[in-house]
Amino acid sequence: MEIVIPPFDLKSISPIIIITVFAIIILAIDVFFKKTLRDALGYFAILVVAVTGMVVGTQLGETVYSFSNMFVVDNFSVFFSLIFLVSTGIVILLSIRYTKQEGINNGEYYTLILFATMGMMLMAGGADLLTIFLGLEIMSISLYVLAGFRRDCVRSNEASLKYFLLGAFATCFLLYGIAMLYGATGTTNIKEIASFLANNPSLSNPMIVTATSLLVIGFGFKVACVPFHKWTPDVYEGAPTAITAFMSVGPKVAAFAAFARVFLVALPDVGQKWSVILWVLAALTMTVGNLVAIAQTNIKRMLAYSSIAHAGYALMAIIAGGDFGPASLIFYMLAYTFMNLGAFAVVIILGRKGEENANIEDYSGLGYKHPILAVSMCIFMFSLAGIPPFVGFIGKFYIFSAAIKNGFIILAIIGVVNCVIAVFYYLRVTVVMYMKKPVREFAPLSLSPFIIIALIITVWGTIHLGIFPGKIIALVQNSSLLY
Amino acid sequence: MIPLTWYLILSGILFSIGAVGVLIRRNAIVIFMCIELMLNAVNLAFITFSRQLNSMDGQIFVFFIMTVAAAEAAVGLAIIIAIYRNKATVNVDDINLMKW
Repeated sequence: MEIVIPPFDLKSISPIIIITVFAIIILAIDVFFKKTLRDALGYFAILVVAVTGMVVGTQLGETVYSFSNMFVVDNFSVFFSLIFLVSTGIVILLSIRYTKQEGINNGEYYTLILFATMGMMLMAGGADLLTIFLGLEIMSISLYVLAGFRRDCVRSNEASLKYFLLGAFATCFLLYGIAMLYGATGTTNIKEIASFLANNPSLSNPMIVTATSLLVIGFGFKVACVPFHKWTPDVYEGAPTAITAFMSVGPKVAAFAAFARVFLVALPDVGQKWSVILWVLAALTMTVGNLVAIAQTNIKRMLAYSSIAHAGYALMAIIAGGDFGPASLIFYMLAYTFMNLGAFAVVIILGRKGEENANIEDYSGLGYKHPILAVSMCIFMFSLAGIPPFVGFIGKFYIFSAAIKNGFIILAIIGVVNCVIAVFYYLRVTVVMYMKKPVREFAPLSLSPFIIIALIITVWGTIHLGIFPGKIIALVQNSSLLY
Repeated sequence: MIPLTWYLILSGILFSIGAVGVLIRRNAIVIFMCIELMLNAVNLAFITFSRQLNSMDGQIFVFFIMTVAAAEAAVGLAIIIAIYRNKATVNVDDINLMKW
């Protein structure tokens, strides 16, 4: 058998190479210059993210398949990569002071965050199930470690163990699904699977139906859909807050990117059957997420359930499909990045060492003591609830209109009802901040210039994209063409 | 020659044993071993399909799964050691600080 070595198109994966190489350099600096340069590692990591962002930006507008069609650079993957880099940048800004406060400012913290980002970019650009699997695992393994980064804290350990055991368990299902799909179609390449299914009836093939359901389990776990969501609140509560912020955005967005690519490109034909399954999942995810969030007293847990509910809305975008489905998914993910990271920024600012002021009751009276912080928290809560003029409203509007346009009217109604339920617990935070007397003294805020920059960026994103979404929507519609 | 279907059935049985083991066993390390068993069942399925379809893709995939499983084992055992240092137990029923 003659083996042909395909040409290497390193340019197409240059952002991934840059981020990997510099992540390793950060690790090396941490080992060799521990005393002198340790505090500078965070700044260096931000620089790396910015440089990678610029390189990714230059790739906008081209469609290149490289490495024997295993990796693709198209507007879809580029836009998602930019979302990952924005979220990673903001998380690093949030981490610089937080890690010092918690005594976890080791170099590997930033290295692992950058590795996870690299995994996400690989997932968004994966044109082969192998690449998607590899990206998913690079991301997940980094996150297992990050969740347990406070090694001497039992809660952090517990979060990490739960995430690891359940994550590995879900990966097995994903892999078995991929194996089945490979057996049925003879390839793991997404485009080839699509062309195989276009020529062969797929619904009558039990192997493809099994494969699809297994893939739904695997991806459903990573995006925290309802029957597979039980790990989310525990892991979010136990992990260091900056990592919770990271986990609630980046990996979820990456899993949605891969989910959309696999289901809209490789398996569009299995159509009817999986859209019914996903329909039920989306309805359950929204409803359970919102209803359980009402009962939470810990703000990190509340945001965890809220992130589950948001996964339900985003799932609706994938179900809607068509032209608007992927576009609304991308826009919603960008909106979600800004508002959710903003909410976590406020939680981190108010947190203190160890105990981490994390009960909603602890926020009472915040409106009088720290008005600016309370106003920004209000903006994020309003935006998460989907109240205009903030970006959350535009995102939800876009998704619901995509769902209605493609005939999923009942699902859209369930979504709207859920938005109303969600208003209750988001506004409760506002009510506590402005209409209750403080229970106790506020600890000094953990402020640093970086966290203020992060707060300004997220507030700006939440308001600006809410009032002037036109440019981004045009860009997003341009990016939603999947091949 | 043994028909290839038998290998697929074996892979399905191994996968189910692993999945049931994850659900009913209480020791974190045993759960982890069951997950490894599931991964190996997937490997067996890949090899069988690769043989049946006469294509190399499945075998390449298996190499990647083995690599990832090794990385996961390293991280997973480290996590289990970290929790054992703090709680002196690896029984998952006792690791219940956070609920609901």
